[in-house]
Amino acid sequence: MGVIMGNLEKMESAKLREEPVAGNGLIGRRTLLRGALFSAGIAAAGVGAAQADDSVGADAPEWMKTPGRPFSAYGTPSKWQEKVQRIFTIAPGRAGTGVSRTPLHLLEGTITPGGLHFERHHNGVPDIDPGRHELFIHGMVKRPLAFSLDALMRYPMETHIHFVECSGNSGTFSSAQPPQITAGELNGLLSCSEWTGVRLATLLAEASVAKEAKWVIAEGADAAAMSRSIPLEKCMDDAMVALYQNGEAIRPEQGFPMRLLLPGFEGNMNVKWLRRLNVTDTPVDARDETSHYTELMPSGKARQFMFLQGAKSAIIKPSFGMNMKGPGLYEISGLAWSGAGRISKVEVSADGGKTWALVALKGPVMPMALTRFRLPWHWDGRPSTVMSRVTDEAGGTQPTRASWIAQYAPGQGYHFNGIQSWGIEADGTVKNVYA
Amino acid sequence: MSTPRFACLFPVVALFLLPSVRGAQGPNLGRPLTTEEIRKMDITVAPDGRGLPPGNGTVSAGAAVYAKSCQSCHGAQGAGKPQDPLTGGVGSLASGKPVKTPASYWPAATTLFDYVRRAMPITSPQSLTNDEVYAVTAYILSIDGIVPNDAVFDAKSLPRVKMPNRDGFVSWWPKAPR
Repeated sequence: MGVIMGNLEKMESAKLREEPVAGNGLIGRRTLLRGALFSAGIAAAGVGAAQADDSVGADAPEWMKTPGRPFSAYGTPSKWQEKVQRIFTIAPGRAGTGVSRTPLHLLEGTITPGGLHFERHHNGVPDIDPGRHELFIHGMVKRPLAFSLDALMRYPMETHIHFVECSGNSGTFSSAQPPQITAGELNGLLSCSEWTGVRLATLLAEASVAKEAKWVIAEGADAAAMSRSIPLEKCMDDAMVALYQNGEAIRPEQGFPMRLLLPGFEGNMNVKWLRRLNVTDTPVDARDETSHYTELMPSGKARQFMFLQGAKSAIIKPSFGMNMKGPGLYEISGLAWSGAGRISKVEVSADGGKTWALVALKGPVMPMALTRFRLPWHWDGRPSTVMSRVTDEAGGTQPTRASWIAQYAPGQGYHFNGIQSWGIEADGTVKNVYA
Repeated sequence: MSTPRFACLFPVVALFLLPSVRGAQGPNLGRPLTTEEIRKMDITVAPDGRGLPPGNGTVSAGAAVYAKSCQSCHGAQGAGKPQDPLTGGVGSLASGKPVKTPASYWPAATTLFDYVRRAMPITSPQSLTNDEVYAVTAYILSIDGIVPNDAVFDAKSLPRVKMPNRDGFVSWWPKAPR
């Protein structure tokens, strides 16, 4: 809890001249900048006064008076961060099929640390000997080929920042009552990393794909031999055989020694522990593109091959578990992303959707990557509902939860991208609400 | 047009072409795969039956495989618990209380064969013989009467099975249907 509150520090509000950009206290960025400069000046003057006392040792904290611990071979997070852990729905340590989620509400920025990337395994994490692992390309190709990891290391590589999102992410929004769980529990089947690897098109070109080929059946080397049909078009476009994640060899939970990365496509298709690519003229109705990851509609028919993750956003600060500490200035912060490209517009409402403020995006806005948005908010202490909505560069938008739900059979939870809302009560309690 | 002008033009054209190739030139380090290697690794089965191996299995043989390798997770007669049910729910998809099982939801019998052969049983995947996979596929589909109790599955008969939900999927790739 202390960790959460630390992230939700109330900001300096002295001398702030409010210039509302939407209803219920949403404030323009330039106003905040002036306020921040002013208070920074006050703080600097205060530090100068404190330096008048020159008895250094007596008041110094103990970590300034004794040498720190030695160098380490592989660093770990601070012990004070021990509660920042992946979120499990099944007991940690159990193998088999299941998930763990990224604790989005305990993180900042846009890059997910390797050890906190969400997991979705279908029969545990395989312990693959990279020296015995090869990537096979066969089927409708002129030259069936096997690539060792050593061979792939000599190929030209690319580095891109992309999110991976399970298509079941946020599926609990299909439940009748809003679940009172953290933003990480709600949306944490979502992570974003810097991926480095070899463009799949380069390898397919060497195998020489037949003209009639239309699909590639990708298979993992896990104990489920997880398999998906992928359009050849995507494989020849921006698909990557990823070897590195955030600068280090890809983590076992994300597919060591190599995974397929299909920017913007649902997580399950980004086959981990990639072993085999079978080039075909037809999709194969694999278990994970029929039984799972298909969208049942009220008519009883189901949508299949819904590959793209839609335009989506979630406010992370504040969110469930981060209760507000009285009226004053806060920063609303959240994540926006889309499988269709860059986020072109983020809007935030603090009055339940009556008025919306356009957020000025300051950080990097990359295609198929998490974008962080921030907006100052003066909360006056009255019950409020905050929500965000985005538009992507392809024109994709977020539906209301109600209109999203209306498309589907009861309980259908794949590809939820409806607008999410947090209700803030007068005592500062933050609740998940269907607004 | 003179020859020197063509010579000048060529590098310009090449510059324009290069960025459109999505993937750079590779060093050609792939090891050629042999037909035998491919035969052993290729476990993909398509709905039209391509990829199905030789062998066959009956419903009664499948009941024995099921009792030995599946029942502890999927319950008697595929009723489920502790893991997913494999039977039942046929006709429930539009009812407001849909029950999705291989019998009620999966569009192709080949999917059941493909999935069992690659991923089941979960504690020792890829341990069943092809005959056992044919047999247990036949047994599971016999429980809901999708195939008769005297069915024999092989590479020819399995793709001919008419699954109850065979027309239940609408492809949204590359675009939503109109």
